[in-house]
Amino acid sequence: MADALFANNVVKYFKKSKKEITALKGVSLRIKEGEIYGLLGPNGSGKSTFIRIASTLLIPDRGSVSVFGHDVDREASTVQKLINRVSVEASFFRKLSAIENLSFSAGLYGISKKEAIEKIYYLSDRFGLERKRLKDPLEDFSRGMQQKVAIVRAFMTEPKMLLLDEPTTGLDPRAKRDVQSLIRDVKKNMSTTMLLTTHDMDEAEKLCDYVAIIHLGMIVAVGKPAELKNQITGKVENPTFEDVFLEYTGMTMEDAQYQEVETA
Amino acid sequence: MSSQQLVKELRASWAFIERNFNFSKRYWKWELVFFVYTMANSVTMGFIGKGVEAFSGTKLDTSYLILYMLLGSILWGYLSILFEIVAETVAWERWEETIEYTFMAPVRRATHLLSTCGYAILYGILRSGMILLVVSIFFDLNLQKANLLSAAGILAVSSFSFVGLGIVAAVLPLISPEKGVQVVHIFQALLLMFSGVYYEVDVLPGWMQQVGKLSPATYALRGMRASVLEGRKMTEMWSSIWPLILLGALLLPSGLMFFGKMEKWAKRRGVLKRSG
Repeated sequence: MADALFANNVVKYFKKSKKEITALKGVSLRIKEGEIYGLLGPNGSGKSTFIRIASTLLIPDRGSVSVFGHDVDREASTVQKLINRVSVEASFFRKLSAIENLSFSAGLYGISKKEAIEKIYYLSDRFGLERKRLKDPLEDFSRGMQQKVAIVRAFMTEPKMLLLDEPTTGLDPRAKRDVQSLIRDVKKNMSTTMLLTTHDMDEAEKLCDYVAIIHLGMIVAVGKPAELKNQITGKVENPTFEDVFLEYTGMTMEDAQYQEVETA
Repeated sequence: MSSQQLVKELRASWAFIERNFNFSKRYWKWELVFFVYTMANSVTMGFIGKGVEAFSGTKLDTSYLILYMLLGSILWGYLSILFEIVAETVAWERWEETIEYTFMAPVRRATHLLSTCGYAILYGILRSGMILLVVSIFFDLNLQKANLLSAAGILAVSSFSFVGLGIVAAVLPLISPEKGVQVVHIFQALLLMFSGVYYEVDVLPGWMQQVGKLSPATYALRGMRASVLEGRKMTEMWSSIWPLILLGALLLPSGLMFFGKMEKWAKRRGVLKRSG
């Protein structure tokens, strides 16, 4: 299988109040086409920075990231045609209706009005969005519903690679289950490659083919979920994926989530 | 650019224009507030023109003064709309938290910015036309001398240079999420002061007149007044037209190029995000 994403020794630092913070310290990743690849890490570990580089919104200071062989900096417009993203915040024009938001997004990707409407209805039906609600402003939608609209927005452009940046964080259990089932559905029926960041270890274990744990800007573990659990079998009896996370980062997922909320 | 790519860019362009009109529809209460505010400002300027005779104690051409002030107010209103919409396009996306999605879409930045300019021109003409209608109820405007074709020509040429200025200013909220919009408004206020919106630039101190020569609004106002108050033809206003063409030709392409460079800078610094 070809590489959907290849990151080679990516370094990214930011200057904040005269201080230099290194967000990524030489991250290398290889994601194969069709895979769901999980990037797990506590707050400040660099996972969102990595997703933003892959989204062409950030330029790495050193190293490179390519998507289907195209460099995210030098060939940004080619990469933009191949990717889309669902982030923790749905990020819509709140006063505009779902259909107005989706039509706008479709227009940006050069999709005709007629085709956009057909796709919006098809994907809404498929992802359980009521058609009659599409005319309501996004501010009237629950977070779970907004996230479904965000998923419709992402799939409408038929991306070869989907960047899922904590798509289930902050959702109620039912909405979370719905979004996870959508991801499973996509994995089963479409060939879209997905890079998923999540705090939910259960989610990571169930959805991801491959997982990388990132801590303090460095990849500290890579492997299939089962392989990573096997690696710590000698240290922990009947290890869970949470134990794997604890082993490599020195913090529980709860601590990581707590930090995330504190700094949000 | 292939024809397929051109069609895609045109669709993206329409998407920006349509979205902005949808905004106007959804934020109609704010539209009403801005309309009433601008209308009241224009009417006030008209009455100041009417009142000059009373407090100067000399017989003056009141009709001329009213129209002089109204032209300043309405044209400034139009140019301000153009400038603000274009200059704040990045800030808007940041407030709405959609900036990352718009900037990661496969659309040329020129298409993005020029479409916003297209919307600003349509919206500005519509709103200024409505203000002119309302204002004409308050004053008996004498437009017998007016050369409306020349006025339209001046409006078109000045729009070109003002959107260029707006694109240059749009860089500020891009590179400085916290202070960019404030600086845009300071810049706009200075343009008002230096460009002779409600007075001839000749009354300004020498150094201010020199600064005013760099503002497209100076030439736009001068040309518009010459067309409407004196009925001048375009060919008779070359001294106002060539600086507008020159400023537009300089500002528009250099604004787009500068924006592109600064977008790269923003991507390196990590400020191209909703929270700044």
